[in-house]
Amino acid sequence: MDLMELPSIESLDDRVWPKPLKAETKALSFSYGSRPALKNLSIPIAEYKITALIGPSGCGKSTFLRCFNRMHDLYPGIRYEGEILLYPDSRNILAREVDPIEVRMRLAMVFQKPNPFPKSIYENVAYGLKVRGLTDRRALEEKVEQALRSAALWEEVKDRLSAQATSLSGGQQQRLCLARALATDPELLLLDEPTSALDPIATTNIEELLLDLKQRVTILIVTHNMQQAARVSDWTAFMYLGELVEFGLTKQLFTNPSKKQTEDYITGRFG
Amino acid sequence: MVQQRHFDEELAELKTKLARMAGLAEDQIDKALTSLVTRDSALACRVIDRDHKVNALDVEIEETCIELLALHQPAARDLRLVTTAMKLSTELERISDLAESICERAIELNEVPQLKPYIDIPRMGHLARVMVKESIDAFVKEDAKLARKVVMDDDFVDDLMEQLFRELLSFMVENPQTISRAIRLSFIAKSLERVADHATNIAELVVYLVEGKIIRHTSPPVPS
Repeated sequence: MDLMELPSIESLDDRVWPKPLKAETKALSFSYGSRPALKNLSIPIAEYKITALIGPSGCGKSTFLRCFNRMHDLYPGIRYEGEILLYPDSRNILAREVDPIEVRMRLAMVFQKPNPFPKSIYENVAYGLKVRGLTDRRALEEKVEQALRSAALWEEVKDRLSAQATSLSGGQQQRLCLARALATDPELLLLDEPTSALDPIATTNIEELLLDLKQRVTILIVTHNMQQAARVSDWTAFMYLGELVEFGLTKQLFTNPSKKQTEDYITGRFG
Repeated sequence: MVQQRHFDEELAELKTKLARMAGLAEDQIDKALTSLVTRDSALACRVIDRDHKVNALDVEIEETCIELLALHQPAARDLRLVTTAMKLSTELERISDLAESICERAIELNEVPQLKPYIDIPRMGHLARVMVKESIDAFVKEDAKLARKVVMDDDFVDDLMEQLFRELLSFMVENPQTISRAIRLSFIAKSLERVADHATNIAELVVYLVEGKIIRHTSPPVPS
């Protein structure tokens, strides 16, 4: 019997591409002046799924994330190439005619360190809604409660909504930022290492929240914590020196990565 | 910039333990067959006594693996190595159990006149042992090609078992006096066939370790 009749790696290859997509980058490159930070990245963002970006410091994860809400626009000498398409309308976020404000209305972002506004808990969550022109008091209150419930913070703060946001603990502040992000019903939630400043319990709370939230919002998360990527994400992209090394189903990437670089990184051999 | 990790030393140690256990299990089968062929019941008793050593290694390896999983949260190939090691140790423990069972039958057979010259059983035993050895070599060298060869070899052992069973059946049909001995011999043949099955399982685990593909229960097409 021919040994080749047994299934080989190639014939069993079942690597798949996500579908449907909420967003997608096509040949995205980005540079700060003459220094290229992202090189030709084509990464799909599956709808109602969590996509994790992993890679060593300086590999371009955060730069990639920030392209989505055009946070780089304020710096001089930056350059984008390629496209970031937002579905279902295939809107190219990077197109010249697209107003960054319009983009930011459809997305929301939570950062590494909790950054609540120096205002009350209520005002923090209501802020984005007011900016969008919502003035009806009842409607605002309802939305704020809903967002705080979504961020699993309502029970802890419902009796002190007028207290300063900075009076909350770190974990609570981060959930407040999440509530603030969720209040405006974003289509895509961008998270830049949202638990790196939190203790293990607050981290678990946020991770549980993300798993609940993906029922109704697509999530793109940058994380340094590989176990976190493995625990919460459906898809993982591994980046190195501004390039995409490997993209695939998280469960596949963490058990049987196809690239040696990915293997070395997730097993702690470099980075 | 690939880094050497302390974790690598622990993984190497795990592999060494498995190789030691495999050597022991292989030797158990070897000696069990010798005790049958040379009608040496004292040797058979020693093999039975030694089974606890294999059992102890099985427990030790499982504990090591659980510890590595809990403390290092291995991923990718490291993860496959640790989970494979856990399953592999169970396979080796079963092989040693089968050696014990062969010895028990040998002790019974050694007390009565030999039914027939033992030809096919030592042949089966040799093939099964080679399969165990090669499957372990494949594990130590992480050689998927050798592992696939072992998977193929299982058919030979199955064929020999079938042939032997028919021969023993004809003894029993012709002379009912032989039934008790023939049944004991067919138990031994069955045990050897199971040893080959465990070697096949080990080989399939090695393919998973190296390629990340589970080939178990994907029987290759039978040639026409």
